[in-house]
Amino acid sequence: MKLIECKDLCMKYEGITAFEGLTFSVDEGDFLCIVGENGSGKSTLIKGLLGLKKHSGGTIEFSGVKPKEIGYLPQQTAAQKDFPATVWEVVLSGCLNRNSYFPFYTKENKERAKTEIGRMKIEGIANKSYRDLSGGQQQRVLLARALCATEKLLLLDEPVSGLDPIVTSEMYEVIHELNHSGVTVIMVTHDIHNAVHYGNRILNMSRNDYFFGTSDDYIKTDSFKAMSRGCFHKEGGCFSHGR
Amino acid sequence: MADELMVLFSYPFMQRALIVGILVSLCAALLGTSLVLKRYSMIGDGLSHVGYGAFAIAASAGIAPLGFAIPVVIASAFLLLYITRKGKMGGDSAIAILSSSSLAIGMIVVALSGVSIDINSYMFGSILALKEEDVMLSIVCSVIVVLLFILLYHRIFAVTFDESFSSATGIHTNVYNTFISVLTAVVIVVGMRLMGALLISSLMIFPSLTSMRLCRSFRSVTICSAVVSVSCFTAGLIASYFINIPTGAGIVVLNLAVFLLFALAGKILKRDG
Ligand SMILES: Nc1ncnc2c1ncn2[C@@H]1O[C@H](COP(=O)(O)OP(=O)(O)O)[C@@H](O)[C@H]1O
Ligand SMILES: [Mg+2]
Repeated sequence: MKLIECKDLCMKYEGITAFEGLTFSVDEGDFLCIVGENGSGKSTLIKGLLGLKKHSGGTIEFSGVKPKEIGYLPQQTAAQKDFPATVWEVVLSGCLNRNSYFPFYTKENKERAKTEIGRMKIEGIANKSYRDLSGGQQQRVLLARALCATEKLLLLDEPVSGLDPIVTSEMYEVIHELNHSGVTVIMVTHDIHNAVHYGNRILNMSRNDYFFGTSDDYIKTDSFKAMSRGCFHKEGGCFSHGR
Repeated sequence: MADELMVLFSYPFMQRALIVGILVSLCAALLGTSLVLKRYSMIGDGLSHVGYGAFAIAASAGIAPLGFAIPVVIASAFLLLYITRKGKMGGDSAIAILSSSSLAIGMIVVALSGVSIDINSYMFGSILALKEEDVMLSIVCSVIVVLLFILLYHRIFAVTFDESFSSATGIHTNVYNTFISVLTAVVIVVGMRLMGALLISSLMIFPSLTSMRLCRSFRSVTICSAVVSVSCFTAGLIASYFINIPTGAGIVVLNLAVFLLFALAGKILKRDG
């Protein structure tokens, strides 16, 4: 079943086009990886899907999922790095969209937060301060928060940037498991090898080698071969990419 | 000492100063945490200068100072938010322009009107400046601020921690940002009479910065800064009376001392584990 369908999508910043002519769709259970060089409009597309920014042309259609039911993991901001908040407070805040106008957390909210904390295996650090965690732990916390907001669809904007290779592959495994348990995942990444390894669909937003299709087809394209410079193994993954 | 305190607080002006000061300190601390964490520390500074300009104009024209200053400062808060959101100018530049212009306009109006106004009391505050109506207004405002803060606490946390996640999950972040700046504007105008335009803005951010040296959860930062803020105010008010120093300045120096103490304690705790 199709969850999202975008046709001929175009987004602009004050008249300057970030991207245009984008057509793709996301099925239930997909793991879509969005790749493309810096500035090709990946984050902008994510904001469009979330409704944080209006698109200026084309259509976005959701079916079976409301825009509010999307779990989002934003690119980290500098201000968050030293924010005084416990893991518990951060994760719980993902439940707010369930309460409409009720001002406090319900018992179900707290149960839910506990479940997701268990799922991300961060029980041991639940009372720690967010700012004292490592980059990988912080991402797990933000994932748990996103899961509190949804069980259907996750949008992840560069969840592994700045993480070391071991933590990166742990993150991919975590996201892979979530996807296996039925969560549809859309993920922006620079890590093209893990993208084709874990993702079943690839959207390449580079202006010159635009591509949307399965990852098996993407491996056969010239642009992928050029980028992988012969160090790609479908099983092993490869961390020696440029960025 | 206890007797002397009894005598001290038997004066109506001291009672007024104590009531208004405690309420304003409490509200300032609650709002301050969000301002500091969102990197909006300077907004209080800008608004307090606008408040100075507004008070000067009101005094020259002979209209009710608070009734005039509160709407003007709220309007400026909206203007600042609008400019920042449009992204045409950095927030800090907008604040700099707004604050120096209103200061300048205020001074010119005072000079032209020929009314003699105690500028010093507006810049540095005066516990004698508080009238009965200030007390009523500050009680009303503080009750509103505290109630709203409690009701919206979790959403304020969510919006402060991560604005894009919050709006993605359907929280109207603009409403909360507006709400915080409007309340900030009100607290600043009310607090200015007592603490002065120059000091009120630092009183908004000092307690939160202090608490962040030690506290690790948002809730403990919020509670701790409220306690620090109210205690520094009360101690500063009493001390300034006994050793005869300006009240606002005394409170700020006390805040600085507590900040240094917390910073030191934070360093030691971190080193030990
Ligand atoms: N807030 C903004 N205002 C104006 N232009 C922007 C803004 N954000 C991004 N852009 C522009 O839009 C294009 C796409 O940016 P972005 O979506 O962040 O790319 P990516 O995430 O793929 O690196 C870039 O050319 C960038 O300069
Ligand atoms: Mg980006």
